[in-house]
Amino acid sequence: MKKIALLATAILTVGIAPIAAQATPEDDLKAFRAYFKKRFPNTPFEEFANGNYAKGIAPEDKRNQWLEAEEFPPYELPLEKGKTLFNTPFKNGKTYASCFKNGGKGIRQYYPYYDPKTKQVKTLEQEINECRVKNGEKPLKWKKGDIAAISAYMAYTSRGKPLSIKVPNDPDALAWYERGKHHFYAKRGQLNMACADCHMYNAGNRIRADLLSPALGHPTGFPVYRAKWGSLGTMHRRFGGCNKQVRAKPFKAQSDEYKALEYFLNYMSNGLAVNAPSYRQ
Amino acid sequence: MRNPAKLLTTAASVIALFGTISVVPVTASAEEASVIEQGKKLAFDRKKGNCLACHQIEGGKLAGNIGPPLIAMKARFPDKAKLRAQIYDPRKNNPNTIMPPFGPHHILTDDEIDKITEFVHSL
Ligand code: HEC
Ligand code: HEC
Repeated sequence: MKKIALLATAILTVGIAPIAAQATPEDDLKAFRAYFKKRFPNTPFEEFANGNYAKGIAPEDKRNQWLEAEEFPPYELPLEKGKTLFNTPFKNGKTYASCFKNGGKGIRQYYPYYDPKTKQVKTLEQEINECRVKNGEKPLKWKKGDIAAISAYMAYTSRGKPLSIKVPNDPDALAWYERGKHHFYAKRGQLNMACADCHMYNAGNRIRADLLSPALGHPTGFPVYRAKWGSLGTMHRRFGGCNKQVRAKPFKAQSDEYKALEYFLNYMSNGLAVNAPSYRQ
Repeated sequence: MRNPAKLLTTAASVIALFGTISVVPVTASAEEASVIEQGKKLAFDRKKGNCLACHQIEGGKLAGNIGPPLIAMKARFPDKAKLRAQIYDPRKNNPNTIMPPFGPHHILTDDEIDKITEFVHSL
């Protein structure tokens, strides 16, 4: 009798635990937004697209300086270059437009997405290079330079469109999502810090002189033009930098790990409008 | 009536007393001061403690505000060992803390942690 009761409890525990532990992406999204809404009651939802320059997060003067910088932004030249590159035919006469839906215009908000055919998460930069290779061109280097310029131009044609990332109810898609989520919340590096430590639990606080941006809204401005870089950089460039800050070994740009992280972060920012490229100090 | 001899002895003992006070503590505090000074350097050094990333500390510039300001530490940590333990591994008090585990992750040596503890305890 006792044994049976014990067994029943065991089965019950096993049966229930996974359901309780496995929040759906929709549940996560709700909780994530609610957390930031509570943390920054004076920041309207759409303002989170502005990172640490958002209303209710940045000091007034810092925000104003940034608004001024956005009037004559230093990314104008690379953006122009991105447009030229995007429209210049490959040697075979085809253009980037031939590789993308809607000729590559106004589609940034759907990236990254889960592709059921390859069971992969696909990023925009990845598809830019796939397009090149398919058309007999060499792939570009990740993180900065021409790829960032092209990606910035494509994002620019998508300005104002709300991020619309889908995580289909498919075990492989969910595995990608969970991997990104894990990276975000897991402690790492010699300094033992998670992305969430800085960009969730301490968003709005200062680490030394740096104001920590909330993770809600992280993706909308990428590629960003960062004064410290003196150039445009992709999200994966930033991930590498933030991994290094905690003395963790960075992953490669466009590695599965960073693609998963981007997938998770972009999903969490669903509903926020693309405003890339964006200027950062 | 004053006894000059007694006065003299009193004076002598006062001198002796002051002597004791002024000599012994001076050497001790000089040593202490240098340990505290070294601790301060280690605490402020970005490649070592980098405590200023998160804590306001007197004499430090561009401090963050993630952790509480390190002031009145003797009142908050009458027991120096507890202070050292907090610096060595803050996860003991808060498993999810953002403060790095300076000891277990070999960010600082035991000796460096001792010196930082002396410095922080002096605040
Ligand atoms: C030790 C603190 C710390 C950790 C841990 C950290 N970051 Fe950062 N991160 C910063 C600082 C400081 C900045 C620059 C100021 C800002 O925008 O927050 C930054 C900027 C960013 C930005 C650019 C935001 C923008 O609007 O330009 C992104 C994206 C980002 N971090 C993502 C991450 C991710 C993902 C992780 C984990 C892999 C992570 N960070 C871990 C400190 C940290
Ligand atoms: C990345 C952030 C960070 C760094 C770096 C950091 N701390 Fe902390 N510290 C905290 C936080 C946050 C707390 C609050 C308690 C907690 O959450 O664990 C704290 C708490 C403390 C306390 C306890 C204060 C009290 O009154 O309870 C002491 C003492 C302390 N830190 C000393 C140091 C020293 C010394 C260094 C450098 C060697 C240091 N900290 C580096 C974030 C940090």
